[in-house]
Amino acid sequence: MSAETQRPETKPRMQEPRKQSLLARLPVVHQLRQSVGLQRGMLIAGLIITAVYVISAVFAQWIAPYGFAQLRNASGPFGSQQPPSPSHIWGTTVGGYDVFSRVIWGAQTALEVMVVAIILSIFIGVFLGLMSGYLGGWLDRILVVIADAIYAFPSLLLAIVMSIVISGGQSSLWGGIFAAAISITVVYIPQYFRVIRSEAVRIKNEAFVESAMVIGASTPRIMFRHVLRNSTRTLPLIFTLNASEAVLTLAGLGFLGFGIEPTAAAEWGYDLNKSLSDVTSGIWWTAIFPGLAIVLSVLGVTLVGESLNDLADPRLRGRRAVAAAPVAAASDSEPVDVAPVAAKSGDSQ
Amino acid sequence: MSSLTAQAAPETAAESTTSFKKQRTGGGLGRYIVVRFLLIIPTIFILVTLVFFLMRLTGDPITAALGGRLSGSQLHERIHAAGYDRPILVQYFEYLGQIATGNFGTSISDNRPITTILVTYGAATLELAFYALIVAFIVGIPLGMLAAYFRDKGQDAALRVFAILCYATPVFFAGILLKLIFSVWLNVLPVAGRASTGSEFEMQDLPNKTGFYLIDAFQTGDPAVISDVLLHAVLPALTLGLLTAGIFLRLVRTNVIGTLNTDYVDAARSRGVSEYRLVRKHAYKPALIPIITVIGLQIALLLSGAVLTESTFEWKGLGFQLAQYLGARDFVAVQGIVALLAVIVALTNFVVDVAAAIIDPRVRY
Amino acid sequence: MTADSAKTNAAKTNAATTDAAKTVVSITDLDVSFATDAGTVRAVDGVSLNVAAGEVLAIVGESGSGKTVTAKSILGLLPETATARGAIVLSNRAGTSTNDVLSLSKKQLRGIRGSDVSMVFQEPSTALNPVYTVGWQIAEGLRAHGDYSRAEAKAKAIEILGRVGIPDPKTRVNYYPHQFSGGQKQRVVIAQALVLNPGLIVADEPTTALDVTVQAEILDLLRRCRDEFGTAIVLITHNMGVVADLADRVVVMYQGEVVEEADAVTLFQNPQNDYTKRLLASVPHIGQGVLQTAERASAREASWANAAPVVVADHLRIEYPGRFGRSAFVAVDDVSFEIRAGEVLGLVGESGSGKTTIGRAIGGLTKVSGGSLKVLGHEMNGVRERVFKKTRSDIGFVFQDPASSFNPLLTIAECVAEPLIVHGRARDPRSARKRVDELLEAVQLPASFGDRYPHELSGGQRQRASLARAIALEPSLLIADEPTSALDVSVQARVLELFAELQREFGFAALFISHDLAVVDLLADRIAVLYHGTLVEEGTGAEVLGAPQHPYTQRLLASLPVPDPVEQAARREALHTLRAAQTAAS
Repeated sequence: MSAETQRPETKPRMQEPRKQSLLARLPVVHQLRQSVGLQRGMLIAGLIITAVYVISAVFAQWIAPYGFAQLRNASGPFGSQQPPSPSHIWGTTVGGYDVFSRVIWGAQTALEVMVVAIILSIFIGVFLGLMSGYLGGWLDRILVVIADAIYAFPSLLLAIVMSIVISGGQSSLWGGIFAAAISITVVYIPQYFRVIRSEAVRIKNEAFVESAMVIGASTPRIMFRHVLRNSTRTLPLIFTLNASEAVLTLAGLGFLGFGIEPTAAAEWGYDLNKSLSDVTSGIWWTAIFPGLAIVLSVLGVTLVGESLNDLADPRLRGRRAVAAAPVAAASDSEPVDVAPVAAKSGDSQ
Repeated sequence: MSSLTAQAAPETAAESTTSFKKQRTGGGLGRYIVVRFLLIIPTIFILVTLVFFLMRLTGDPITAALGGRLSGSQLHERIHAAGYDRPILVQYFEYLGQIATGNFGTSISDNRPITTILVTYGAATLELAFYALIVAFIVGIPLGMLAAYFRDKGQDAALRVFAILCYATPVFFAGILLKLIFSVWLNVLPVAGRASTGSEFEMQDLPNKTGFYLIDAFQTGDPAVISDVLLHAVLPALTLGLLTAGIFLRLVRTNVIGTLNTDYVDAARSRGVSEYRLVRKHAYKPALIPIITVIGLQIALLLSGAVLTESTFEWKGLGFQLAQYLGARDFVAVQGIVALLAVIVALTNFVVDVAAAIIDPRVRY
Repeated sequence: MTADSAKTNAAKTNAATTDAAKTVVSITDLDVSFATDAGTVRAVDGVSLNVAAGEVLAIVGESGSGKTVTAKSILGLLPETATARGAIVLSNRAGTSTNDVLSLSKKQLRGIRGSDVSMVFQEPSTALNPVYTVGWQIAEGLRAHGDYSRAEAKAKAIEILGRVGIPDPKTRVNYYPHQFSGGQKQRVVIAQALVLNPGLIVADEPTTALDVTVQAEILDLLRRCRDEFGTAIVLITHNMGVVADLADRVVVMYQGEVVEEADAVTLFQNPQNDYTKRLLASVPHIGQGVLQTAERASAREASWANAAPVVVADHLRIEYPGRFGRSAFVAVDDVSFEIRAGEVLGLVGESGSGKTTIGRAIGGLTKVSGGSLKVLGHEMNGVRERVFKKTRSDIGFVFQDPASSFNPLLTIAECVAEPLIVHGRARDPRSARKRVDELLEAVQLPASFGDRYPHELSGGQRQRASLARAIALEPSLLIADEPTSALDVSVQARVLELFAELQREFGFAALFISHDLAVVDLLADRIAVLYHGTLVEEGTGAEVLGAPQHPYTQRLLASLPVPDPVEQAARREALHTLRAAQTAAS
C-alpha cells in the first residue's frame, strides 16, 4: 500500500493492487483465476481439449505416421477400407489412405483456415463496425442493411457461393485454404460488424466520449483512443464462437465437395463425405474418427467461449461461497462494486 | 437524464390521455408491420445482387457446366443463345426483372425452371424443417428452462454440455452416427430416403397429392404407409432437430437467467410467488421476445443444416437438389435456388419479427 | 403540535387500543456477508432493531451503509452470494405466529412473503413485468397465498387499485405497465404490496426514481398505508427530507452498523452521533444561498450589467426527430435567457423538462432547431463543428455520471491532460503533467491520483477530477449537468463547496443544471425553472424561491421536503392546500 492512500478523503483500499502482472492480465489467464466451481471445470476442460487440438495441428508431421496423401509404404499399398490394425490403428479409407494420419493432418488444415479466416474478418469487421457505429448517418444505414441481409442468410450457402467464386469449387492446398478462409470471412464479417457497431453506438453515448467531444478532440482521436479500445471487450468471445463455426463451415464445404482436394491436404468434411457409403455396409472407422475430431475441436473452443461469456457477465458469474467474513474488509466508504461496468448479455447469437 | 429524448414523449402522453393510448398502440403495430415489410425489399435486393455478381465473377455458367463436354463453337452458340455474352449490367437488370415476376431462371443440366424445382422439392424441405422444429421446441425450450432453474448446479452443467455437443456435432456426422447405430447396428430404422419404394408407389396416384409425405400417407389410409413414412422421418428429424435444439437450449437458458435477475422477478418473489412459477411465468414470457427474434435468425442455420441433412439421408428436397446441381456445376440452378432461399429467409424473418412484436405489449413504433 | 402530527398520534393510539403495541419484526445481531471478486465483504455488521405495529421506521444511510441489505433480509431476499447470521423474528399481522426468517425453508419463506411482509421497490418501471397486465400481477400475489377464483382475484385487484388512487381502476386493471406514468406505476407496486394486507411493508427508496412533485404524492400514499391500513413500514432512504416527512422513528446506519436510533423529532433536533450530525449538516436547505448571492451581487462593478453576455438564448427551440415518420418531439420550446460573464445560472426542472438538452445545446452536443442560441459570440443554430472547435477551449463541461465520465482505460492524468493536448497547449500527457498536478491540487486531489485509473477513485473523487478537466483551459463558461445527483449527500456538500470555490477563483460563468432546488439555491445567482420544455419562471434565488409566481414553481417548491419533521408537517399542509387550490382553479 502506497503512502498517498493516507491522504484525506482516501480510505485504505484492501483489494485491487495497482497493476497486476502481465500474465494475470492476459484474457484467458485472468478469467481462469476468476472462475470457480463448475464454471472453472468447463473452462479448464475447454482449454485442455483446445490445447490437444492445437498441438496435433502444429506437430502433425511428427505425430502422423504417414502423409495425408500417402497410399503405400515400403511393404506395399495400404489397401482400401482396412479395419483398424497395428499398422493402421484407425484403419484405412475407401481411397486407401490411413485414417489416423488424415485426422491429424486435418487438424492442421482446420487450424490454418480458422486462423486466416478470423484474422481477415476481425480486421475488416472491426474497422467497418467502428466507422458505422461511431459516424452513423447514411453509411451506417447502408452497412447495417447489408450486414443484416448477409447475417440472415444461410452461412453455408454463402460460403458455397464464395468458394465457387474464388476457386471454381476445387483447388490446391493454399488456394483451397484461402478459398475456404475467405468464404468463411465473408460470412463472419457481419458478425464482428454487428457486435463492434453496437458497442460503438453504446460507448458513443457514454459521458467520457461526450466529454472528449466538448473538449474539441478530433473524430479520429475519439474513435481510436476512446471508442475502439473500449469496444473490444466482447471480441474474445465472438472470436471463439467464430473459430468453432469456421471448423464447421469448412467441414460442411468439404462434405458437399467444395473443400480441398484430398491430394492437397487432409480435410475432415471430405473424408466424412467419402465415408457416407461405407456406413451402410457397417464400416464405421472411416466416419467415426474424423467426425469425432470435428466434434472435439468445436467442443473445446466453444467451452472456452461459453465460459468466457459467463465470466464477462457479472450476473452469470459464479463466486466462491462465503467463509467467515473479516470485518475490516468492508471499510471503504464507497460500496464495493459487486458488478463493475455491468456487461450487457443477451447478445447470444 | 441524458436519455430524456425518446422516453419522455410517450411518458407524458401516457399520463394525459389513456383511452387514446390503446388506439395508438394498435396503430403502432400496424405501422410497424408495414415498415418491417418494406424492409424486406432491400434485403432481398442486396442478396440477389450479391449472388448474381459473385456468381458471374467466375465466368459464364454454360462454360462452367458444359466446358469439358462441348466443342468451342458449340459452347459459343449456347452462350450466345442464352445471352451470356451481353454486357453484365444488361443481364443484371434482365435478371432483376425476371425475379420481380417470380422467374428464377432455368437449370442448365436438366433444363427445368427453378420455380418448378421449388414446387417439386420444396414440400420435402418444408416437411423436414417442420419435424426438426418440433424436435427443437420439444427438446430445447423445456431443457433450457430447466437449465436456468438449476443454474450453476450439476444438472445445468450437464444440460449445457449437451447443448454444446448438439451444436458442435456437424449435422452430417450426427446423421452418419445415427444411421450407424439405428440402421446398421440395431437395424430398426431405414437408412435413407423419405419412404420405401412401395409406399411411394402407393402415394403416387393420389388425386390431391401435396408432396408432404405425412399428409399423403394419411390420404392413402394405409397404416403400413403411415408408419413407413414416419419411420423414415425419425433420423433426419433428430439430426436437424438436435442441432437447433442445442441452440434453443442455450438461448432460453441465457435469456431466462437474464430475466430472473430483473427487479420484477424479485418483486414477484417478494409477493411469495414460487420459484417454479417465477421461471415458468415471469421469466419465460419476457425472455421469449429476444428468443423469438433470434429463432428468426436460426431459420438461416436450419436451411444450411437442411442442405447437409438432406444430402446425408438422400432426402429429396431443395437442399439435396442444390447439392446435386453443385456437383454438376450447374450454377444457374445454384444461383436460382440460392436467390429463392434468400426470399424465403427474408419473409420468415419478417413473420418472426411481427410475432415478437405482437407478444411484446410495449411495441409502439 | 400541528394538525398532521396530531392525526398521526391519533392513528397510533388507535392501533394501540385494537391490538396492543406489539413488535412486527425484531432483528437481533444481524450479520450479512457477500462473496465478491475481491473476496468476502461484510455489508451488515451486528445490526439490531425493532419495528412496532403501525409505525414507520426509517433506515437512513449513504451508499454502502448496508441499509438495503438489512431491509431485504427481512424478506429473505438476499442473493445467493450472501450469507446471513443472527435472528430476524417476524410476526404476522394478527400476532398469532412468529417466524425467524433466517431459519425458514424456501417454502416457508414463500408463505410469509406477501402475506406477512411485502416490499416496494425503488424503480417502479422495472419492478413490474412488462408483458403482463397489472391486474394479472396483483392477482398472482393473491393466488400464491390462497384460493381465489379468477373473478374474485380481479375484483380484489380493482378494489386495491382504487384504494391506492388509480383513477378508473375497472378499466386500468387490464392495462400493461407501460401504459402508466412513473408515479402511477409506483402506486401499482404499492397496491401489490398491500393486497394481502401484510403487517409490514419494506419500502426500498420508494421515491428516489421519481420527480419531487410525484414524490410528495407517493409519500402521502405511504402515510395512508400506515394510517388507514395500519401497516408498519420500514422505509429505506438516503433522503433526509423524506425521512422528516414520513418517519416516526429513525435508525441511522454507517458502514454496516447502526450508529444512532431515535424518534424522528428528537433525531433532527438533537442528533447525538457525530456521523448523524455531519449527515444532517450536509443536507442543503432552501434559503442558504440568499445571503451569498446578495454579497456577490454587491461586489460586482456597475458596468457589469452592460457587458455582452456569454450565452444568449432567444426563442430557442430544440426538437428530436421522430422515428419512422413520427412527428418530432419538442424538448425545448421558445426558451429565452442569458448568462452574463462570471454569473452562475441555475437551471431547475424535473425529468423531461429539457434542462439537460439546453446544456447539451450550449456545449454543441445537440442541434438547435429554431430560434437563436449565441454561445461566446457563436450562433449555434446551424453552427459547423469546424468553426466552433476553437471556441471549445473556452467551455468546460461536467457530466452527471461520475462512473462513466472517464475513459476506463486511461489514467486520471491522461484524461485531465486531454483538453491541453487537443488544443495544442501540451504535446503529450507527460509534458502536460505539471499543469495536471496543479489542476488536481486545485480540486483538492493529491497529485499522485493522476496515476490512478478511474475505477480506483470514489464517485466524489471522480467528480473532482472531472472538474479539474473542465477547468484545465481556464474556460470562461462552465456547464455542469447534475454534477452531484449521483453522489451521497455528504460527498455532494464537499463537491458543491469546491465548485463555489473554483468559481470564485477562476471567475467563469456557469450553467448549473439540477433537479434539486436546494442545491441550485446554494450556488446560483439566478434561477430559471423549466417545465415541459418551456421556461416558466426566472429570477434571483430570493425572487424565485421566496415568492414564486408560476403555479408550477409554487408546487415544485412546496413539494420539496425539508429535513425537519415539524416544519415539514406544516409544509405538507401548505402543499395540500396549494394543490387543492390549483386543482380548483384549473
